[in-house]
Amino acid sequence: MLTDTPSATMTTNPATTAPILQLKGVKISYGQITAVKGIDLELHAGELVCLIGANGAGKTTTLNAIAGTLPIATGNILYQGQHIEGLPAHQRLRRGLALVPEGRGIFTRLTVEENLRMGAYTRRDKDGVEADLERVYTLLPRVKERLAQVAGTLSGGEQQMVAIGRALLSRPKLLLLDEPSMGLAPLVVEKIFEVVRTVMREGVTVLLVEQNANLALEFAQRGYVMESGLMTLTGTGTELLHDPRVRAAYLGELD
Amino acid sequence: MNELAAVIPWLGTHKPRAARWVVIVLMITAPLIAAFFGRTWMRVLDFALLYVMLALGLNLVVGFAGLLDLGYIAFYAVGAYTWAFLASPHFGLHLPFWIVLPAGAAFAALAGLILGTPVLRLRGDYLAIVTLGFGEIVRIFMNNLNYPVNITNGPQGINALDPIIIFGWDISRNWQVTDNLSVNSLFFYYYAFLACVIGSVIFIQRMQVSRMGRAWAAIRDDDLAAKAIGINVRNVKLLAFSLGATFGGVAGGLFGAFQGFVSPESFSLMESIMVLAMVVFGGMGNLGGVIVGALILSFLPEVLRHHAVPLQQAVFGTVILDPEVLRLLIYALALILMMALRPAGLIPAHSRYSRPELLKAEPVPAEGRA
Repeated sequence: MLTDTPSATMTTNPATTAPILQLKGVKISYGQITAVKGIDLELHAGELVCLIGANGAGKTTTLNAIAGTLPIATGNILYQGQHIEGLPAHQRLRRGLALVPEGRGIFTRLTVEENLRMGAYTRRDKDGVEADLERVYTLLPRVKERLAQVAGTLSGGEQQMVAIGRALLSRPKLLLLDEPSMGLAPLVVEKIFEVVRTVMREGVTVLLVEQNANLALEFAQRGYVMESGLMTLTGTGTELLHDPRVRAAYLGELD
Repeated sequence: MNELAAVIPWLGTHKPRAARWVVIVLMITAPLIAAFFGRTWMRVLDFALLYVMLALGLNLVVGFAGLLDLGYIAFYAVGAYTWAFLASPHFGLHLPFWIVLPAGAAFAALAGLILGTPVLRLRGDYLAIVTLGFGEIVRIFMNNLNYPVNITNGPQGINALDPIIIFGWDISRNWQVTDNLSVNSLFFYYYAFLACVIGSVIFIQRMQVSRMGRAWAAIRDDDLAAKAIGINVRNVKLLAFSLGATFGGVAGGLFGAFQGFVSPESFSLMESIMVLAMVVFGGMGNLGGVIVGALILSFLPEVLRHHAVPLQQAVFGTVILDPEVLRLLIYALALILMMALRPAGLIPAHSRYSRPELLKAEPVPAEGRA
């Protein structure tokens, strides 16, 4: 499995760099129901951080709020030191914040190539887009074989790859991944995580939401644990992986 | 054009060039063929073209952007009433058509914006219900705005609308070539409408493969993902809505001028559903399909109206089913058959939203396409 943490090869020290993303006391509600009840989160450039927790803990809600597809009730979101709470999603994307939505969210009736090119929707630099496309093709050789295919006819893993590739075409600085492993075979998941790792090595910061805590914690440098709308634990991947509370709650181990 | 040509069985797939010519010749000679069967059929043909325009506009909203609009006919009404207000004795205004028609289009677009701004946060069924309500509201307004100030003349409607006059040439008059040869005005209307339809098709085709067209396809397939790739979903939806409405407005203006009379009953919910049925039957998202759907479903009821009664009398000796009842029955039957046999419509949409030179990989026209 994925044992060597990418942090070994990274030289950035999270403590000294300014955070690329900061959440301060963020609350998010759906009507009367408060799904996220005031959370703090910090992400440093070049990091790979995971957000784990049970179903309904508010992970996806948090991610959508960061991407701007959901409004927040109170609190602050700072991206590169600037407040972005008021920015609509499409303007956050322009600043380098890209979301890969839960359940892949690809455009099922467009071809794979059209899907990928849609990722560059906000970009005007044609040559840059072509170059990035080539990069995505080398990163995802499987996808390249299927460029002309209608995206809805791809397998789940391939769709996830397309969704990630599409997000990369916006040249993100911060990639928000929502459960990329959902419903996929372990081998496929490993491939996807391999892709994420490569992306990270190229300097993209990654915030990963996962239900598969074991996998995510092994993979990430740091992790946050979310429980019914609150952050209950945080620490490095290994710390959390060996924390008895995490083991009991998410890794299916009995005391 | 090519899409229309592809519809012709065998010829369309084997000899596309020949099929294209067939379409062109048919387009030009259609009124002559109709004239052979009588004036009624020429009128039917002219109306069919208006329906084609409506269906094209609605397809933009429903087929491209995936927004189910059940009150589309309201925009048709706005266009028709604009014509009635600005070019009839009702207010004593007689503005020329090149002002009135754009004005109708603009008012319809505005109505689209006004409706769209609050409701486009809704999706699917909810959006459908609100638009349905909007369509009815517009009709009821037309029906009741005759008191205390008479604006729409209520259920009586507005009479004696100005015809289309192009450079002093009134196309509603027959053209007396010689003493015993005259060209019926229905011909002129046909070609005027045809020009509008062709213009619309060219415009919509360009929109479809534009950046905007791709954005529409994106919000239709996945709203959240569309947001995530930086599409301003609200604005893009609004544009689809008001652009669709514009076509409705133009068709409405032409309808008013052609018929010379507008009244609220022309803009009932049934009409909205008819246009939607044309789009769905022909093939949502495919221009050729939508055109064929509109043509078939506007001719079918007329054929029934003329032949159902004599046929029943001949076969059963009495009229069992009223043609009006039969019309709805046939519509339902057509849609059910379509769902069973060709669920994506007569001519299913192809997923092509980019100009060919933009894509490196040649899309495969093989199976596996939705």
